[in-house]
Amino acid sequence: MSEHIEVRRTAKLFIGGAFPRSESGRTYEVTSPEGKFIANAAQGSRKDARDAVTAARAIQPKWAGATAYNRGQILYRIAEMMEGRRAQFIDEVAPWAKSAKKAEAEVDEAIDRWIWFAGWSDKIAMVVGSSNPVAGPFFNFSVPESTGVVAAIAPGRPSLLGLVDTIAPIIVSGNTTVVIASQDAPMAAVTLGEVLATSDLPGGVINILTGSYAEIAPWLASHMDVNAIDLSGVDDKKIAAELEKASAENLKRCLRPGTELDGLARIKNWLELKTVWHPRGF
Amino acid sequence: MSFEYAPAPESTSIVKLKPAYGLFINGVFVDGEKTFSTINPATEAHLADVTEASAADVDRAVRAARVAFGSWSKMRGADRAKYLYRIARIIQERSRELAVLESMNNGKPIRESRDVDVPLVAAHFFHYAGWADKLDYAGLGANPQPLGVAGQIIPWNFPLMMLAWKIAPALAAGNTVVLKPAETTPLTALLFAEICQQADLPAGVVNIVTGAGETGRALVNHPDINKVAFTGSTEVGRYIAQAVAGTNKKVTLELGGKAANIVFDDAAIDQAIEGIVNGIFFNQGHVCCAGSRLLVQESIAETVLGLLYERMKNLRIGDPMDKNTDVGAINSAAQLAKIRELSDAGEAEGADRWSAPCTLPEKGFWFPPTVFTNVSQVHRIAREEVFGPVLSVLTFRTPDEAVEKANNSPYGLSAGIWTEKGSRILEMSSRLRAGVIWANTFNKFDATSPFGGYKESGYGREGGRQGLEPYLKVASK
Repeated sequence: MSEHIEVRRTAKLFIGGAFPRSESGRTYEVTSPEGKFIANAAQGSRKDARDAVTAARAIQPKWAGATAYNRGQILYRIAEMMEGRRAQFIDEVAPWAKSAKKAEAEVDEAIDRWIWFAGWSDKIAMVVGSSNPVAGPFFNFSVPESTGVVAAIAPGRPSLLGLVDTIAPIIVSGNTTVVIASQDAPMAAVTLGEVLATSDLPGGVINILTGSYAEIAPWLASHMDVNAIDLSGVDDKKIAAELEKASAENLKRCLRPGTELDGLARIKNWLELKTVWHPRGF
Repeated sequence: MSFEYAPAPESTSIVKLKPAYGLFINGVFVDGEKTFSTINPATEAHLADVTEASAADVDRAVRAARVAFGSWSKMRGADRAKYLYRIARIIQERSRELAVLESMNNGKPIRESRDVDVPLVAAHFFHYAGWADKLDYAGLGANPQPLGVAGQIIPWNFPLMMLAWKIAPALAAGNTVVLKPAETTPLTALLFAEICQQADLPAGVVNIVTGAGETGRALVNHPDINKVAFTGSTEVGRYIAQAVAGTNKKVTLELGGKAANIVFDDAAIDQAIEGIVNGIFFNQGHVCCAGSRLLVQESIAETVLGLLYERMKNLRIGDPMDKNTDVGAINSAAQLAKIRELSDAGEAEGADRWSAPCTLPEKGFWFPPTVFTNVSQVHRIAREEVFGPVLSVLTFRTPDEAVEKANNSPYGLSAGIWTEKGSRILEMSSRLRAGVIWANTFNKFDATSPFGGYKESGYGREGGRQGLEPYLKVASK
């Protein structure tokens, strides 16, 4: 019997539930910190970012309109699918992890994080909303809703856990997202796209771009059909300030770099609060 | 037989204006270098000279607030609460004086300043006073802490109410503030400064700096403020969002709107007519959440318009101090020019204009309640915030079309729904992209009810438990 020659995977973008190459035709070399070739990843462009926003916008009402129970089950399903690829994820974060043990821990935590956020889906409104005792004959309540399309730059490290911690709190409430993965360690993000494609997650809810955030993010920050932007993963303060400034054009909700937030606070960052009044009386 | 209303003017003698006002910094009034005149927009009469705070004055105010923050933030919540309760009580005690002064400086009818603005101001302080020693129970996270010094900038449409919405939650949470009232309506804020003195509020906890855009700019860009809270135009909101980029300043913005007020064919028509009138002519339409786009179902459009015109013929426009007045003066010459410009654009773009027949006073700034029909969604009067008594009427056939048209705006502050069908109210309220939905009512406000916008109407909420959040930081778990 001859030795099996490995069938290598082409690392592609994840947009609208499909796996296109970059429209620009460009790739960039991903290497381990020691300089060993790993793959040629797609180098996302302005056009890819805009296509991703279109996909995210198109599916947003449907995703937000799904029941919280349904969204919770899909997030849980993502954890199930990740578990099946656990070994692959560990291999993919290993080159950048301090040890094999740390790589395992990161993947396990990333899987568990989906479950934690899955459980939030039908509790957010209870915790964040309120019934308001107004001084008059009115029924008045406040409910949280998703803000819309959220652009995000995932932190460089940890490349998988950081990505999950960025996107799970965005989508759990009904937002959709376009996320730029860790630039030099994008392999786990590529695999996560493949997991998402088989998790009953509607195409376009999460769109994953690989490439240079310095190149792609300005197009997302200035995009008039993006409602919010997560800059907490941006490590360059100057770029972050420029992105925040650009995002002010249509008053995007903006999470600044280095913002330490617990899970609920992260979820709340991508919520709007709606207050409804109705008179009481016979 | 005719039922003419006899004049019923509220006396202005309760207001004792000083000839000139300084800035309220560190508990006392201090002079600045430049002053400007503030007037009564209904008569153009000079009311008082007010100080224009320079960058150096703003700096002095921020320093005072920074020093005061040390002890105010460490004070027991229960004690902070007592000061806020005291302020609420003094506002009630001096409510008539505040209402009269508000109408004099703003031009709004005394009926509104007396029955809406000032009672809501007192209620706001009462509500947040009670939070000061209960922050741990607000459900905002573990160990909530104040941010520091808040720079607050408020508009001229509800001068004292906007002050209360800004100052009450900030102080309850343990912050200190530097507040800039609007250029044209500084007087009730200065009277509020006197109330702080009467309440023995520790010096520097509240500082009031009067002035215009430059003063506001100095406040927003001051390096030692931790928070910017702004209510006003989307244009200035955008400037602020850009100005704080790259800093650690927390921001809340409550900006413009172009609310749809949607009337279905099964609505209780007479109530809906009152709601349409209240939605756009309350406070002369100087309301960010005004129902400035009437979306009426096509099958009843003619009936609704006929009744609306009849109702509008009975609106009483004129002296804000008259207790029977429904619509008062436009706040300034500049705002009147803007309303005229947009209305002229409405006509030029092909919409039909109708104004209620009325005699407008000769002096002062006035604009008759006006309706535009044959309005298309691309017309400026259907897209831009007029901030005046001007209603644009559009029609729809299906609920889906109503949602589509209502949401077709970069704004998302408020919306109205008129229908007798419960399930339709709930489906509409969930599909409208706006922060406040009034169903079978309009323009209602309450201290316990969170208020704020979606999209380019800004971010952050004022009112209720959620209104504390912009003034607190919580530990991350």
